[in-house]
Amino acid sequence: MGQTFAEKVLGRHSGNRQVKPGDIVEITPQVALSHDNTAAIVGIFQQMGGKKVFNPQMHAIFLDHAAPAPTTKHAENHRIIRDFVHAQEIPHFFDVGRGICHQVLVEEGLALPGEIVLGSDSHTPHAGVMGAFGAGIGRSEMASIWAVGTLWLRVPESLKIIVTGKMPDWVTPKDLALKIIGDLGADGALYLSVEWHGNVIADMSLSERATLTNMAAEMGAKNSTIPPDEKTLAYLSGRARNDFEPVLPDPDAAYLQVLEIDAGSLEPMIACPHTVDNVKPLSEVAGTKVDQAFLGTCTNGRLEDLASAAEILRGRKLSPGTRMIVIPASSEILREALRKGYVEDFLNAGAIVESPGCGPCMGNHLGVPAPGEVTISTANRNFQGRMGTKESEIYLASPAVTAASAVAGKITHPNTLD
Amino acid sequence: MEIIRGRVWKYGDNVNTDVIFPGKYTYTISEPAEMPAHALEDLDPDFASGVKPGDIIVAGKNWGCGSSREQAVTCLKESGLGAIIAESFARIYYRNCLNAALPALICPKAVQAIQDGDQVEIDLDEGEIRTSDGTFTFNPLPEIVREIFDAGGLIAHTKKRLEGSQQ
Ligand code: SF4
Repeated sequence: MGQTFAEKVLGRHSGNRQVKPGDIVEITPQVALSHDNTAAIVGIFQQMGGKKVFNPQMHAIFLDHAAPAPTTKHAENHRIIRDFVHAQEIPHFFDVGRGICHQVLVEEGLALPGEIVLGSDSHTPHAGVMGAFGAGIGRSEMASIWAVGTLWLRVPESLKIIVTGKMPDWVTPKDLALKIIGDLGADGALYLSVEWHGNVIADMSLSERATLTNMAAEMGAKNSTIPPDEKTLAYLSGRARNDFEPVLPDPDAAYLQVLEIDAGSLEPMIACPHTVDNVKPLSEVAGTKVDQAFLGTCTNGRLEDLASAAEILRGRKLSPGTRMIVIPASSEILREALRKGYVEDFLNAGAIVESPGCGPCMGNHLGVPAPGEVTISTANRNFQGRMGTKESEIYLASPAVTAASAVAGKITHPNTLD
Repeated sequence: MEIIRGRVWKYGDNVNTDVIFPGKYTYTISEPAEMPAHALEDLDPDFASGVKPGDIIVAGKNWGCGSSREQAVTCLKESGLGAIIAESFARIYYRNCLNAALPALICPKAVQAIQDGDQVEIDLDEGEIRTSDGTFTFNPLPEIVREIFDAGGLIAHTKKRLEGSQQ
């Protein structure tokens, strides 16, 4: 019988074994990703008696979560990481300003088809946009990989999501992801490898696909992947840092569950406070007043996301009671957004454009809400307290809906703007 | 392995890591000893001051969903918590528990039967949860995980491996 992506890729990387769900394999990842939490990992590594990291080439370290540093304490944290990177001669280091780890890993040609990316960040499944196996792990596990180079993984069962038909106007991959999370629940894909198939996925750009693999973390997935195609290979040509060999699932592979979705039935969706699976159609929450709009993050801070928001903001002004924060996911995206005039569109509308990184996504800095305020955001999480204070509310939406809501001062469908 | 015995703190489904250990502290509190003071701060303000060594959290589905932050396990481990029993765990949280040698037991039947404030006893070797409503069994840990557990957690386990390879 055929094999799923997860079975094939984990089998290949554990000595070409024939593996099945439930098996435990020991893996050396091709990429070990960490970010501002690297300083804490250094501490654990030293506690383990670690001196020299296993294969410095394997590590990719990013300063993005509180970058540039908002406080002396954060700056100290960054300094420890820079010193470590220097002492260990780790080549793949991306300092403050380069952007969010998951996005930059792709741009730097480090997330490659058929390879394994383990990251001490829960959105590491993002790397599956390039056909990699990306999974999140804990800090001690990362320290252990630094020390001995390997980690145990359980071979997961798989969920196949097939999306066919045609997406209606104003419906984006964010709406598709929210719809599925709302239907399946926050644990709907717990422990599962989520594969995305169907003509709608094939027609999407890589940027759109990334929203899907990124959001899979919010249904509990272990990893999430899209079979690489010509678009993937074209993007990687001249970018890939290493040779790679794609892994495709077999057509007759066995899945724990298969979910078929008719894209034509979709509409813009919103995740309401305080869980990502509390999803409602936009029409049900339209009119809710917003104090702040946040466009950015690893989920929706790419060029196409900025383009769709800029198109709505062009020639319009933000509602007087509403602020808008725009944070491109990477410096490459910021440069393009400048060149294409989007940054000017944002500034003309009255929005704030900040340097690439996570920004207020997890409540560190650069635009956290006050108690009692409501934020509409393109991020992937709306948990209570996520943006700093538990007395504020976060609604998750697509970039277009987020921009339209900033203009109207309340949650708004873009096609109802004057 | 000794028996874990304590009072139950019962919670619902989908309790996420942001309420177990708030994100705003993740880069500012790095001393494990300082973490228990903020454990479950945004979920149950009585927990941090009331938890006693050996106490047990009993929760619904998907306990620990959200961020990969290990402090959401460390803050409970450091508070002396003996174990967590849940209908299911978010996968990174589950791994973090086992790697910290904090028993994470999946047992939906026990979760249904046990009430907040109950006294419960867990026997890891026998795979049993003993309550006033009867005894419930759970699957033993996989071998490699048990090895990490017996070493006292992943840090101690890796330390041993490193020492072994340097000899
Ligand atoms: S943008 Fe938000 S979700 Fe993405 S890596 Fe940064 S903090 Fe995590």
